[in-house]
Amino acid sequence: MSVNYRELTINGLWKNNPGLVQLLGLCPLMGTSNSTVNALGLGIATLLVLACSNAAVSMIRNAVTPAIRLPVFVMIIAALTTCIELLMQAYTYQLYMILGVFIPLITTNCIILGRAEAFAAKNNVLSSAYDGFIMGLGFALVLLAIGIVRELLGTGMLFANMHLLLGPIATNWTWVVFENYQGFLLAILPPGAFLVMGLLIALKNHIDDRVLARKPVEVVTSAAADRRVRVTGVVE
Amino acid sequence: MSVVDSMPRSIRKNAVVLGLFAAITVAIVALIQQGTASRIEQAREQAQLQALSEILPAGSYDNNLLEHTLILDDPLLGNRAAEPAYLAFLAGEPAAIILQATAPDGYSGSIRLLIGITADGNLAGVRVLEHHETPGLGDKIETGKSDWIHSFTGKSLINTDSDRWEVRKNRGDFDQFAGATITPSAVVRAVHKALQFFDAHNEQLFASALSSPTPEELP
Repeated sequence: MSVNYRELTINGLWKNNPGLVQLLGLCPLMGTSNSTVNALGLGIATLLVLACSNAAVSMIRNAVTPAIRLPVFVMIIAALTTCIELLMQAYTYQLYMILGVFIPLITTNCIILGRAEAFAAKNNVLSSAYDGFIMGLGFALVLLAIGIVRELLGTGMLFANMHLLLGPIATNWTWVVFENYQGFLLAILPPGAFLVMGLLIALKNHIDDRVLARKPVEVVTSAAADRRVRVTGVVE
Repeated sequence: MSVVDSMPRSIRKNAVVLGLFAAITVAIVALIQQGTASRIEQAREQAQLQALSEILPAGSYDNNLLEHTLILDDPLLGNRAAEPAYLAFLAGEPAAIILQATAPDGYSGSIRLLIGITADGNLAGVRVLEHHETPGLGDKIETGKSDWIHSFTGKSLINTDSDRWEVRKNRGDFDQFAGATITPSAVVRAVHKALQFFDAHNEQLFASALSSPTPEELP
């Protein structure tokens, strides 16, 4: 089975984006997007687990019977998450303390088991790793976008505390965008996450509509399997 | 008939494969754990030392704070369990102690504090270890959010009367924040109690550490 990498990329980053279209993994998306550094930290951790778990699941896809498929997948994902957690504890200790329970919770992020089931269990190692990487990237970018908007609206600053993730070189990266900003509490509190997320989804749908309106009308026969994984947007 | 025959075998095979995967994943986790254990310990110790060194000015002590600890458990400290306290010495003389205390009555739950007290009973500094206060309101007790926590430095039971350990709204000496009085007054009261604890046990605390460098239980 040949895999179209271009299509995988478009799917992961836009058409079937895990954050904006599949609406998977909302809990960490809401919980850790209150600043850029938190968002980036968890985004990268999720991306790594997703890419590695897809590769690992693909590697063993012919060795396990359907009956024990899910427990084995979950075991792989949990082991990888634990490894990432240990590594973060060792190298980015303060960020590990801030992200807290959201790191072990990567195990339960439905995107990861979802991609293992939907893609990695049926495709070869390389394309599965790529699919995991690009889906993880799509998730991380949405997380980062929400993190940037919330930090900017909430505190008037950007990239505060980036040294927690990137080490001493990032110590002075804090960029005060608005001087004497009073802060906008709502953006940092949990409701802010939902509002920003909703606005992002609206923006994406708006862009899709504009693109669709410009194109000549095409009749597309819908794939029934597609319906299950799409939550927002128009089912094609 | 064939289904019944083949079932035990498939179950056995599945069990073996599942067990195999469990063993492999555990081995990988154990390997990474072994590889990172010393580094994690180091990072944890460094973060702890960093937090402690922020409280006491550099040069005011010359020992490794993590090597001179006491395990303290006293209702005045408000901790749920016994917590370590760190003793600072300068040229063998008691210089300061860093206590862990808990303010149980924050706006949303407990606020865990590190409180540095010099040997003569002045506050050297206070830091928040952990809290769940409202972002933007109560979280001004963090050093990153405001300078409020520095207002404790230099205060003592002698220069601040017992009834002045409150926020201004409650006729005390300490500022509250706009929109939040519960959080700062909880912290103020916890610091006050920690000072009272220190006042009552001052000599005992330092003496116990000088006689034995290993952590020991105080009554």
